[in-house]
Amino acid sequence: MIRFIDVHKEYDNGTKALKGVNVRIDDGEFVFLVGPSGSGKSTLIKLITAEIAPTGGRVMVNGFNLNNITPRQVPQMRRTLGVIFQDFRLIEKKTVYENLSFAMRAIGASNRELRRRIPYVLQLVGLEQKGDRFPGQLSGGEQQRVAIARALVNNPNMIIADEPTGNLDPQRSLEIMMLLERINELGTTVLVVTHEKNLVNRFNKRVVTIENGRVISDETGGYYNVEKI
Amino acid sequence: MSRKFNAGYYVSEGFHSIFTHGFMSFAAVCMIVACLIIMGSFTLLAVNLDNTLGDLESENEMLVYIDDALTQDEARMLQPKLAQVDNVAQLTFVTKEQAMADYKAKHNDNIAVLKDLPDEALRDRYRVHVYDIERMAETQAALEQVPDVAWVRAAIEIADGFVMVRNIATAVALVLIGILLVISLFIIANTIKLATFYRREEIAIMKMCGATDGFIEWPFVVEGMLLGLTGALIAFFAQWGLYQMVAKFAVQGNGLSLVNMISYSSMATTILAIFCGVGVFIGVVGSLFAIRKFLQV
Ligand SMILES: Nc1ncnc2c1ncn2[C@@H]1O[C@H](COP(=O)(O)OP(=O)(O)O)[C@@H](O)[C@H]1O
Ligand SMILES: [Mg+2]
Repeated sequence: MIRFIDVHKEYDNGTKALKGVNVRIDDGEFVFLVGPSGSGKSTLIKLITAEIAPTGGRVMVNGFNLNNITPRQVPQMRRTLGVIFQDFRLIEKKTVYENLSFAMRAIGASNRELRRRIPYVLQLVGLEQKGDRFPGQLSGGEQQRVAIARALVNNPNMIIADEPTGNLDPQRSLEIMMLLERINELGTTVLVVTHEKNLVNRFNKRVVTIENGRVISDETGGYYNVEKI
Repeated sequence: MSRKFNAGYYVSEGFHSIFTHGFMSFAAVCMIVACLIIMGSFTLLAVNLDNTLGDLESENEMLVYIDDALTQDEARMLQPKLAQVDNVAQLTFVTKEQAMADYKAKHNDNIAVLKDLPDEALRDRYRVHVYDIERMAETQAALEQVPDVAWVRAAIEIADGFVMVRNIATAVALVLIGILLVISLFIIANTIKLATFYRREEIAIMKMCGATDGFIEWPFVVEGMLLGLTGALIAFFAQWGLYQMVAKFAVQGNGLSLVNMISYSSMATTILAIFCGVGVFIGVVGSLFAIRKFLQV
């Protein structure tokens, strides 16, 4: 569960990226966060992952109050999240399997857990045949599916994706979105940042629109309508 | 065309990465070796100097002259009383005849005047060795208080000279060791900082997955520790070789063997333990410095 209550974020250089954001995302939801470039979408994501701290308001993530979270609690909070980026962020010199085991070892998983979990996740994203490939030997869509597998491998409550299809052609983008929808149907909360209008409109989901640091619309079954503004 | 370019790019990138990593580790080990050897050489020099000074000090004796009025037997009876004086390590009674014989022997009977001197010209005396030459003046005064002691001769200035040389040598060695320690720490910290820089993407992924700071730090601490240990082992053997060379040179160089060098093998275990201890200390503390700064983002 995510709650933003009147959240403000002003960067050190004075840029006001968020100006009083109120959002609530419940467990099991699938939410698109849309808005033009520079509107504050990535800032909102970084607040959720505790990469940055709010300069005003309250942020709650999966039971952690990020306003007074201790440094020791931050890793625990992050284990409830799986994060996906536009640029995949895979380790080039590790195989697909090793990329996943690296993420599991990072939180102290045992070899037994690795052997049980990784094949399951690879199968979920349709890469069961490619565990020993290196990222450089995969297409962009496949690399992003590896990143999704890595986000899922530690069994988080929630998947957060910041422009996951920004580097992919429309067909691969659609496949990625369908995969995220499938993951949501299996019980994981999903928050997807995007500015691809056509893609959003193909799914009948909740759409939160942010513009200039403010939420300007929040409609279930809505669509991304830039012309409206 | 583009394929050819890519192949070349990958190959050069691969080599570059290996070289950069390998080179930094190599440089760090070299610095640790150099620092340990310089540190070790100064310490060994100080130890040997101390040992040599110790030899010289033990030859630095006081002479306690006994009152002429006493017979030789009475003079011998003084021994227990003198032995009770604080700081007296060793007492040797020398009769006036023996003293004269020594004196003549030393001067090869060359001096005509001596021939005519009666054996009784000199006093009976005790040769006195002390434990601590820094307290020589005090001991001299105490000996003079003993009844029937005529006077005591002590080379206080020479004793003070020895003490000063030793103290200066120790101080210089300590200061140098301190400076080198700081330099080594600085270099290992920079090496580890570079290592964390090369792995910044992996670190970012680990943090994103919820790895604790300790989990991320450990590999770098181990890396620093291994670099320190490797440096310590290399330095130990290099120091051995160097020491043997200097020892050989010192023995050949002066037949008098004024410098009596302690054998390396008799100190080997201690040196190895100290080198490993200092190496691991530099490695661990240096890497902790580097990581703490890096993780504070
Ligand atoms: N680290 C930063 N320091 C200063 N300003 C920033 C920083 N990151 C983002 N911004 C600014 O904050 C605003 C929102 O940025 P961002 O959240 O990245 O938007 P979006 O992801 O919607 O494109 C922009 O004006 C951007 O320039
Ligand atoms: Mg963005």
